[in-house]
Amino acid sequence: MRVETRAEPLIFELDAQGRSGVDLPEVTVTPKVGDAPLRETIGLPELSEPTVMRHYTRLSQLNMSIDSNMYPLGSCTMKHNPRLNEKVVRLPGFARAHPLQPQSQVQGALGLIHELANWLTTLTNTHAVAMSPSAGAHGELCGMMCIQAALRDRGDDRKIVLVPESAHGTNPATAATLGFKVEAIKANDAGRVDMASFKEKLNDQVAAIMLTNPNTCGLFEPDIATIADLIHEVGGYFYCDGANYNALMGRVRPGDLGIDAMHINLHKTFSTPHGGGGPGAGPVVLSEALAPYAPLPAVVKDDDGTYRLVETPQDDPRFAKSLGRIKAFHGQMGMFIRTLSYILSHGADGLYQASSDAVLNANYIKAGLSDVMAPSYEGACMHEALFDEHALKDTGVTTLDMAKALIDEGFHPMTIYFPLVVKGAMLIEPTETEDKITLDRFISVMRTLVAKAKKGGGEAIKNTPQHAFLKRLDETAAARNPILRWEP
Amino acid sequence: MSEKYTKEHEWIRADGETALVGITDYAQSQLGDIIFVELPETGAKLSKDGDMAVVESVKAASEVYAPLDCEVVEINSALEAEPALVNQSPQADGWFVRVKLNNPDELNELMDKAAYDDFVSNLD
Amino acid sequence: MRYLPLTDTNRKDMCKTIGVDSVDALFADVPKRAVLPGLIEGLPHHASEMEVEHKLATFAGQNQVDGPFFAGAGTYRHHIPASVDYLIQRGELLTAYTPYQPEVSQGTLQILFEFQTQVALLTGMEVANASMYDGSTSTVEAAMMAMRLTKRAKCVLSGNLHPHYREVIETTSHTVGFEVQTSSPTPGQVCRGTDLVDDSVACLVVQTPDLFGLPYDLRDLAEACHKVGALLVVVTTEVISLGMLASPGSQGADIVAAEGQSIGNAVGFGGPHVGLLACQKAHLRQIPGRLCGESVDEDGRRGFVLTLAAREQHIRREKATSNICTNSGLCATAFSIHLSLLGESGLARLARLNHAKAQELADILAKVPGVTVLNKGFFNEFTLRLKKPATAVVQTLAEQGICAGVPVSRLMPKDDSMQNLLLVTATELTSSEDMQALAHGLKGALS
Repeated sequence: MRVETRAEPLIFELDAQGRSGVDLPEVTVTPKVGDAPLRETIGLPELSEPTVMRHYTRLSQLNMSIDSNMYPLGSCTMKHNPRLNEKVVRLPGFARAHPLQPQSQVQGALGLIHELANWLTTLTNTHAVAMSPSAGAHGELCGMMCIQAALRDRGDDRKIVLVPESAHGTNPATAATLGFKVEAIKANDAGRVDMASFKEKLNDQVAAIMLTNPNTCGLFEPDIATIADLIHEVGGYFYCDGANYNALMGRVRPGDLGIDAMHINLHKTFSTPHGGGGPGAGPVVLSEALAPYAPLPAVVKDDDGTYRLVETPQDDPRFAKSLGRIKAFHGQMGMFIRTLSYILSHGADGLYQASSDAVLNANYIKAGLSDVMAPSYEGACMHEALFDEHALKDTGVTTLDMAKALIDEGFHPMTIYFPLVVKGAMLIEPTETEDKITLDRFISVMRTLVAKAKKGGGEAIKNTPQHAFLKRLDETAAARNPILRWEP
Repeated sequence: MSEKYTKEHEWIRADGETALVGITDYAQSQLGDIIFVELPETGAKLSKDGDMAVVESVKAASEVYAPLDCEVVEINSALEAEPALVNQSPQADGWFVRVKLNNPDELNELMDKAAYDDFVSNLD
Repeated sequence: MRYLPLTDTNRKDMCKTIGVDSVDALFADVPKRAVLPGLIEGLPHHASEMEVEHKLATFAGQNQVDGPFFAGAGTYRHHIPASVDYLIQRGELLTAYTPYQPEVSQGTLQILFEFQTQVALLTGMEVANASMYDGSTSTVEAAMMAMRLTKRAKCVLSGNLHPHYREVIETTSHTVGFEVQTSSPTPGQVCRGTDLVDDSVACLVVQTPDLFGLPYDLRDLAEACHKVGALLVVVTTEVISLGMLASPGSQGADIVAAEGQSIGNAVGFGGPHVGLLACQKAHLRQIPGRLCGESVDEDGRRGFVLTLAAREQHIRREKATSNICTNSGLCATAFSIHLSLLGESGLARLARLNHAKAQELADILAKVPGVTVLNKGFFNEFTLRLKKPATAVVQTLAEQGICAGVPVSRLMPKDDSMQNLLLVTATELTSSEDMQALAHGLKGALS
């Protein structure tokens, strides 16, 4: 791995007044801005295009990425990002379309949303899909809002939401944001929902359960259908966190399991680019019971074949109970286009094969490491393999050290210290787009590192990374005395 | 002056009707470098085992609970600028709040130092 | 399947290593009632790159995007330099994840640090976060932040706030549980909303330039809020206006929420865009979303890390400042690159050019019989009163290949007084010929 050693200055340190990277005509104009005061200086640096180009190119070279490295971040699903998706999203017919153009001028955009919605409800066997959530957490919020609206509609004031201990942090944060009271359900020794704990907490005050499936330990919840039946029996709803739906796409329809709402992270399951942390998109599929409460806007197809955007509850009686708008405009269109491109490329057969291969790759890693590492749970996993710190006991090496050591071997670290239910978690998600040669190399590197740690080579591991642009950073200092911007 | 302990790793040092409260050396060692302490307001009425404060380390936020029913009469404002005091001196300069106890007799229900040390030595 | 590297031989070998007969055995926990006999029915099979590209190009071709164009109302067409789009497609930026491992993410982190600085400078605030989903969700987060800071549960909205933004706040208020009051809209006039602000109010949310295009003097609004302990939340949907207008921070804003799309990002039928959120340092601990901070590595070299994460959901869980997990990283990157290219003088020139184009358009349209320009002041967007309902006029012009603007009734369908109002925008992309075409079209449609 080539290591960049020269630091790149901040753009503010490259400033040379009098330049610009954009040629624009100089116009003189007498401002006509009402009584608003005018601006004096801003303080932005002035750079030419070549300087800007080199700055960002050099910065990009300080990143690991899927394009350059296996990136086995559990729970994050770093799979190959096809460039076809980037090409089609930039077609002028999409890039230049305005969300408030007359609907007759944007039938292609509306038709695309309708087609993607149809794919999502068919793949999940659900009744409807709310397309507007901007990301997974926004989708969760939307799904839980639908549950809240359904409860209110029937005059029900129940407030308890059951969340397994192993859940993503967004689940309890979402429930609490909406005024629900979160109660934790325990996990059993097999890493699944402890049914006794679940049944003990279940009563007619329970509004919903929020359950990730496959769960955050990378395991399928075998009792999920029973959980769905029991929650419905007491009049509650089943929110499924679909963060790990990539393990099931094309193989299992969550609607068949009895879910009422599930967000789909288009950036994970359907490979829209993560872009260094977003943008994402989190459409929420809904059961028949929750569909009437979905947010607006929604795209419907009229009998004459035209697509119509329903923007207010008055526009269409089917949406009279809608909970309203949750973001400006119509959703993350750019992500919808990329997603449809990905889905059409795979088709029903390719999606089936992709989730099968994702699960196969994770189990292959698990099988390749189980005799030297400590798998947290016995048996098959789904799309990610979970190990904990036990195998490193008395070596002085921690989970963090293992993660940093992978950097020197040309791998992005796995997810560490999540889920919280096991000690020193190492969550490895290879995804279906890694080939066997890469998996074998990863397994071999991990085995070598563990062997080195056990033979007293811990000190060297603790000093990693040595071959990255920077050594370990002082996060305590950064948090105690936050410097969040450049100052002149 | 007697020092008592809870299973949630708070210490409480009573002096008549008022008492100082903080977190134990064991607690700070488990949390690692503390970067922020969120304290209650003076005058806040706290109930036993209810939320009292939050301590943040780089990658964790932990609740600190009130050991007994009490009212906050003073907070340790030094922690605002220097949260590291909790790491350096958890049971002296790193105290969190001074409280007025509703019922000082309840102190007897908490662990003394020997019992707490024993409790900690059996953890993990 | 071109994206799947495993061969059937690989699959067989790997199953053998794992100790299972087939992959199906790994799915043994799936309840019987959900096990399908084969593929999901009713869906086509995989397609080649050519086929997919053709299908998507067909959708794209059904959108009319080429004629004279005057729509704005919260998202604006601007020119994006080629280097912006090239750089954000570099795999190291496009295909990296959230920078949780700083040693191998310094590129993304330094870009976020620079972005935060640019946003702080532009808004005139002390700090900014690493971006939010979009302007509307940023505005909701700003209002919720103000409520946490003031411990009050009521927001006042100016009636001239973008209706989508207002609706998102209203939806949130119904679900999260706080009170919202909105003053009556005043097209073409400053809509202060300050008469509704008393000591029970957490914040006044006011947009400048407002929905109808009018820029505000914010100073006395800030004073009115601060007098009763409320905060002033300032919203901007056209961020290029900040190249010409005094910053909200310099006028006393406490929190600024803005839509950053205009710099570096395509309109793209409404998303993804990039929300900006900036505040003063004293309020930092209540800001939602990701923050990037400066630090040093073991050798003392400067580096950047995500920081103050303990506010966030993955740590605080049900006590987090927000449930927000992601930011709008790639759009923020595009914003930052474009703003770096523009620089101080480039942004000011771009702002002046937009304003000059809008003045030219206003002068031309004011001469069309049946058209009145409502605004005394504007940046690059203003409101027309037509002598006929705007929706029908826009539809007529659409049939001539002209996108005439956004009828206000599209955004405020319940308010009959808005029926004849039309929002029109001119940017650096709008030519004089386009303006003449619109004037000509309006003349015909209104006669």
